[in-house]
Amino acid sequence: MIQDLITIFVGAALINNFVLSYFLGLCPFLGVTNKLQTAFRLGLATTFVMFVTAVCTWLLNTYVLIHAPYLRLISFIVVIASTVQFIELFIKKVSPVLFQALGIFLPLITTNCAILGLAIFATNRDYGLVESIVFALGAGAGFTLALSLLSAIREETELADVPAMARGTALNLIIAGILSLAFMGFAGLFSG
Amino acid sequence: MSDQNAKSILLNPIFTDNPVALQILGICSALAVTTSLDTTLVMCVALTVVTACSSFCIALVRKHIPSSIRIIVQMTIIASLVIVVDQVLQAYAYATAKQLSVFVGLIITNCIVMGRAEAFAMNNPPGMSFLDGIGNGLGYSVVLIFVGVVRELLGSGSLLGFEVFKLIENGGWYQGNGLLLLPPSAFFIIAMFIWLLRNWKKDQVEKPDFTLAPQSEAHTH
Repeated sequence: MIQDLITIFVGAALINNFVLSYFLGLCPFLGVTNKLQTAFRLGLATTFVMFVTAVCTWLLNTYVLIHAPYLRLISFIVVIASTVQFIELFIKKVSPVLFQALGIFLPLITTNCAILGLAIFATNRDYGLVESIVFALGAGAGFTLALSLLSAIREETELADVPAMARGTALNLIIAGILSLAFMGFAGLFSG
Repeated sequence: MSDQNAKSILLNPIFTDNPVALQILGICSALAVTTSLDTTLVMCVALTVVTACSSFCIALVRKHIPSSIRIIVQMTIIASLVIVVDQVLQAYAYATAKQLSVFVGLIITNCIVMGRAEAFAMNNPPGMSFLDGIGNGLGYSVVLIFVGVVRELLGSGSLLGFEVFKLIENGGWYQGNGLLLLPPSAFFIIAMFIWLLRNWKKDQVEKPDFTLAPQSEAHTH
């Protein structure tokens, strides 16, 4: 049991990293990663939304959606949108500075495909409550890790002299590609 | 905005104002579904339909949406359309729908759809919004098809499942490039696309520079 949970956690965080091997949640990945601190905090906020979403979608899926499976997507997105709204109010109250720094990307957590993807993956794989939570935490940890890694590298490359055409998006994508290659190295972690 | 002619609304997003390359929206699905060309095409059609229809519907009710809950209203409209597309795909193209797996559902969270709803459909009449949705869908499709063609052609030597380059395993001459079938290659190909596009349309070079503001003065004189 414990071993299964560890497998799920490490699987979601490293082997099948949501950002670098499923390509989910790339918009904030490329959008807010110009500062390490902001990126890290956005990662935490996203992890929290993932956690709440995982619990709510499990409940919905087990007790309500059995009767109407085609309403799945729409009810998930409503859960996510409300959670994000709640977090927005919370952060605005507790840390106005962070609220400023995250800007448009805070409400955009709603449209972060990593979260909806997480909900869909968890239900597709028939995870139980504990498994869903562990999966969400793993995915969140992986997301935060990927965001922090890219922003740390971006802070360094800001001063580098690169061809004008590649500066900005193209360069970030290439960095992301190299990170993604590096993460493929984790693929063999559990095969033995 | 309203006196813009229909043609520029339809054609501008394709190269001049491409949603993927210039605004960096909707990258997620652009990377994940492009291993083979047929899934890519299905995804492009699905996204174009959803963007166009959702823009149309949102433009229809735009004057009745209170601005504080507009995101949730937009989400609900988009989600309903995506469910329709999802059900249609499962009914008529089950194999492809299986391959696309979660990515059809994830059209809901595709930033292009939301972005167009928010930036265009909220202030423009339904007809124009519909065209704008189609145009942006096409802009997205151009990038995806480029990536899909490169990945399938060079990765497995075929296009849409038909053999173009005969692979060595089948007694031919072409050694498939395995890297292109793996996830990371999509990052490189999109980066390349953006790079090439900016070589062609130089005016796009400066705009995305907002993240590296201190440097841009030194380079753009």
